[in-house]
Amino acid sequence: MTQISAQPSDQHGAHGSHGHGGHDDHGHSQYPFLAHHFATPAQQFDSGKLGMWLFLATEVLFFGALFVAYAVLRARSPEVFSFASHYLDTMLGGLNTCVLILSSLTMALGVYFAQRGKKTALVVCLWLTMAGAAGFLVIKYFEYEHKIHANLVWGPRFYIPPADAAGSEEAILLSKAPEPPPAAVPVPASAAAPAVPMIGALPAADASAIAPASVGPSGLKMAAVDPALATPSVPPGTESESLHLEDASMPPGVHQFFAIYYAMTGLHGVHVVVGMIVIGWLIIRASRGEFTSNYYTPVDLGGLYWHIVDLVWIFLFPLFYLIH
Amino acid sequence: MAHNAHTTAGHGSHDGHPLVGHLVPISTLVSTALALLVLTVITVAVRYIDVGEFNIWIAIGIAVVKATLVALFFMHLRWDRPFNLLVFVGCIAFVVLMMVFCIMDTSQYRKDMYTGNPSAAQETLEKYAPGAPVARFKSNG
Amino acid sequence: MTTIGIRDPHTLAPAAEDNYITHTKGFLSWIVTLDHKRIGVMYMVAVLLSFLLGGIFALLLRTELLTPGRTFVDADTYNQFFTLHGAIMVFLVIIPSIPAALGNFVLPIMLGAKDVAFPRLNLFSFYLWLLGAGCTLLSLAMGGFDTGWTFYTPYSTTTTTGGVIPVIVGVFILGFSSIFTGMNFIVTIHALRPKGMTWFRMPLFLWALYSTAIIQVLATPVLAITLGLLVVERVLNVGIFNPSMGGDPVLYQHFFWFYSHPAVYIMIVPAMGIVSELIAVHAHRHIFGYRFIAFSSIAIAMFSFLVWGHHMFTSGQSALMNTIFSAISFSVAIPSAVKVFNWLATLYKGSISLNTPMLYALSFLVLFTIGGLTGLHLATLSTDVHLHDTYFVVAHFHYVMMGSALIAMIGGLHHWWPKMTGRMYNEKLGMIACTIVFIGFNLTFFTQFMLGSHGMPRRYYDYQPEFQIYHVISTIGSYIMAFGFLMTAGYLIQSLISGAKAPANPWGGRSLEWQCASPPPHDNFKEQPRVGDCYDFSIVRWDESQKGYVVDRSLDPELDEGAPQTAKA
Ligand SMILES: [Cu+2]
Repeated sequence: MTQISAQPSDQHGAHGSHGHGGHDDHGHSQYPFLAHHFATPAQQFDSGKLGMWLFLATEVLFFGALFVAYAVLRARSPEVFSFASHYLDTMLGGLNTCVLILSSLTMALGVYFAQRGKKTALVVCLWLTMAGAAGFLVIKYFEYEHKIHANLVWGPRFYIPPADAAGSEEAILLSKAPEPPPAAVPVPASAAAPAVPMIGALPAADASAIAPASVGPSGLKMAAVDPALATPSVPPGTESESLHLEDASMPPGVHQFFAIYYAMTGLHGVHVVVGMIVIGWLIIRASRGEFTSNYYTPVDLGGLYWHIVDLVWIFLFPLFYLIH
Repeated sequence: MAHNAHTTAGHGSHDGHPLVGHLVPISTLVSTALALLVLTVITVAVRYIDVGEFNIWIAIGIAVVKATLVALFFMHLRWDRPFNLLVFVGCIAFVVLMMVFCIMDTSQYRKDMYTGNPSAAQETLEKYAPGAPVARFKSNG
Repeated sequence: MTTIGIRDPHTLAPAAEDNYITHTKGFLSWIVTLDHKRIGVMYMVAVLLSFLLGGIFALLLRTELLTPGRTFVDADTYNQFFTLHGAIMVFLVIIPSIPAALGNFVLPIMLGAKDVAFPRLNLFSFYLWLLGAGCTLLSLAMGGFDTGWTFYTPYSTTTTTGGVIPVIVGVFILGFSSIFTGMNFIVTIHALRPKGMTWFRMPLFLWALYSTAIIQVLATPVLAITLGLLVVERVLNVGIFNPSMGGDPVLYQHFFWFYSHPAVYIMIVPAMGIVSELIAVHAHRHIFGYRFIAFSSIAIAMFSFLVWGHHMFTSGQSALMNTIFSAISFSVAIPSAVKVFNWLATLYKGSISLNTPMLYALSFLVLFTIGGLTGLHLATLSTDVHLHDTYFVVAHFHYVMMGSALIAMIGGLHHWWPKMTGRMYNEKLGMIACTIVFIGFNLTFFTQFMLGSHGMPRRYYDYQPEFQIYHVISTIGSYIMAFGFLMTAGYLIQSLISGAKAPANPWGGRSLEWQCASPPPHDNFKEQPRVGDCYDFSIVRWDESQKGYVVDRSLDPELDEGAPQTAKA
């Protein structure tokens, strides 16, 4: 531990001894960007870097919990994940991956030019990164827009509204009162159908999600969705699994896939938006010429943030879009 | 620490080197990006090869390689202070820890909770609550 | 402004004119301050006010429990009382009390730095705290919440009380306040240690704060995302935690306790750090087993991430994980016991000044031992099935969170009070109040061990008449404790007005904060102080002219002029 964080101020050597009160002022007049409580630019830079890495660690755990939720849900019902994954558009997802990788590259180049003190190149790189972020969000918007349109969403809206009252009553009984059992309802003959449905009945694996909604789960019944169902005013618990689509080709609980999909990609999208704000702020400062090869810490730290956004997507892409 | 020795006050940017930090050449950055793009293509392609449950491990493996490339080169971890690397690896280790424990727990009762598996649910019911009503799953009905 | 002469202790001036309080003037200068000392003081005021609020709810719910059935409020109101008491005490009081309030004030001075690494982030985290506290209070206006401080699903997503979302948002924000404090401390300890301050010269309080910061940074984001999911679940009905929609409520508990067990160590580890300081300084004896105490703090921080499942033994968690978590939970006893034995060894043959901080430290030793050992009953699978969610658990965690963490915090407040305010409090009243609190605390909570082992469940509004005697004793104890705390508040406020001026070093401490004036000047040190062994009290002697102790460097061969400052680490 001690070597890791040997003191930057040690580098002062002879200046460091006590009784030499002036050495701080000397450092601070030479470097106007140096905050009063740091002794050297190296100390300030290292502090900023370590602080940013700790922040990234919190981001990793922030997303990490969602990855755990993903893993638990997937471990519980793998067939749901391999089924529902086919509703995601691999082409759009892959395109977005490339967009983010390229914007990460331009960000890294931006840091390079900042280190070299090349103002114009830095601003250009930051604008390119910004464009990549915007492009990502545009593509993501099209994906979301289509899915929401096709009722490929989380929670009760994913379901067809309970059309037949008998079915829903039974469902409530089943979910709320384990005993006495409801009067024997004849079990449909097909109840013994294989639990894991016929995935072969799916659209081709590479079919685009932009394809007609008729392949979507709600495509079978394009009934208008009652918006009230999507609000918590409906006491949760009444929409049970049993109200699921009467679609034998769909495993129960597909809405859980979309719940975690929207949670993770949504949180990631929020991070992209925050990244755009950070990049915008860097562009303003860079255009004013505030960064030099002596002082470029904000560009470096903003870059680290942008790379972690990229890094999270690198995992999200295969986990959601590429399930065999 | 050693790599930072030349970054002490007094060395300006006259030789094209920043006062602090490490300058990663453009060629390294561009080849990193190329490698990432190639790996993206590979991971998409691998999806269509059926190797059973190994698909997910291949996909995760490629993602880990990509993430490592981003961290080492784009994020300069290769030249950074070792403690920053420790922070990064450490926090990932904690995510893995949480995931392993949660999965270990879930896998123990997965069969009981598995909504799409009436026979398993029925088996459990008969074992722990003999005489319980027959499990019915309307979803597949 | 007089600075600390290194060779001549007599240049120390009593309370110099220019200190952090008088450096700039006006309300505005406080609310935009970047000075860690002022931020620490603002945190302290805010935390103590929250403590008052949480305490009022505690008294209300204890009063309601005086009789079986209704005493003066209905059951729904009672549910809100205990929920508010828990949420306020955990998230607004104990978690920020030691790191954010005392730690902010003391850490940079102990370290010999001018400030924390990111002063603006520090101020920002204080405003986040205020915002989070505001949201929590807002939830009161919006109908309160009755979920318990744990917000278990699916109840928390279905209860009709209106204040659930504001309080969850509030706790989310408070979490980020805590994260930023932790980040700041880690970077400060890494990057701002002055010459000579090696890792193993750091006072143990700094080791404790460092360990705490690790937990804050690694665990709190999980709470944040969990609460985020909870809000989404409640607003958008996502169903990830909702069993009726195929979700997994046990997963919520995994997430919640992945944070909230380590959070217990966010509360107790810095308290242990304070106790290390109090015991060494007030026993005037070199701390026994410095490295063991330092490393046990790190060990506790690491272990804390491995045991969260011991809160879920009866939740439906699998038998396999129950066994694993139970086994690992026992092992936490090792680093905790290492600390207790080292403190006892430090006290042995020390020349103990039996003053208020020392009394609080001794209270801590007793209460922490009881709280820690009863934890073993709860970590044991078979006994936990009986004791789970009974008053036994309530008593156990109050012994740890209140009897240990808060008592240490108040001990630390007394210890550093002269440094923070420049005034001495009334020692005699301090000792009386500490005794009253100790007695009241044990009356309140020891009876709850009996209640719990007899089967009284926690959080219940009504109970069997045979439990009443315990509840009455417990309630009386809480009144006694409240009186002790009010008395403490009284003499501390009185000391601000008419207390004697504090010397730079009233206790005979050796760490760096005792080597600057009381209160400290704006930048802490005009000249970097030389760092020595902060637990070597052999060169600390009483100076009658200053009515305080001085560190007599002439007696310290290690710190002779020209002696090389080699890192012993
Ligand atoms: Cu615990």
